[in-house]
Amino acid sequence: METIEIIKDQIENNTIILYMKGSPEQPQCGFSAQATQALMACGERFAYVDILQNPDIRATLPGYANWPTFPQLYIKGELVGGCDIIVELYEKGELAVMIKEAAEPKSESK
Amino acid sequence: MSVQQVIEKKLTRAFLPEYLQVLNESHRHSVPANSETHFKVTLVSNQFLNQRPVARHQSVFRVLADELKAGVHALALHTFTIDEWAEKGNAPDSPPCRGGSK
Repeated sequence: METIEIIKDQIENNTIILYMKGSPEQPQCGFSAQATQALMACGERFAYVDILQNPDIRATLPGYANWPTFPQLYIKGELVGGCDIIVELYEKGELAVMIKEAAEPKSESK
Repeated sequence: MSVQQVIEKKLTRAFLPEYLQVLNESHRHSVPANSETHFKVTLVSNQFLNQRPVARHQSVFRVLADELKAGVHALALHTFTIDEWAEKGNAPDSPPCRGGSK
């Protein structure tokens, strides 16, 4: 599969996904560390991709997203932003709302 | 002209900012001395009115596309409208480095 397809697939199939340097347990960059801290404080599971381990994704995602740096957070298929935006939303209490809403299981229609 | 000066000039021209601060924070990261790789930008402009944060940042990235391609590796961005800036009045500190290479 082409890298761009892999990325689209990841973003589509993970309601909350963070592209970052390192892992949430061992972030390799201060900005990624701050972003994961804010996300973890929201108390829901999220997917992540370590771009240091995935050079193809690291090279391809910025062009696709029109976003040159990492971390990058996607919720429900949409780019929310990088570290500064994540922290800003967290401090305003908006991130928790967005995360909770995204993590809710889809209501079953009868 | 230093990268810092280029960034200042381009942002001034593009956003006609009410307030602009460009800080070189490269010394706080694992790069050689006198690098110009990590910057923090505080930008106050009413061009950001009715723009979501993600769109604001993308418009800054577009203006600085050449610099971001050429070696600027981190760009902490704090964008405000004039009213937002009056309310908040300062940008948060950038986080410390975690040593991960570029």
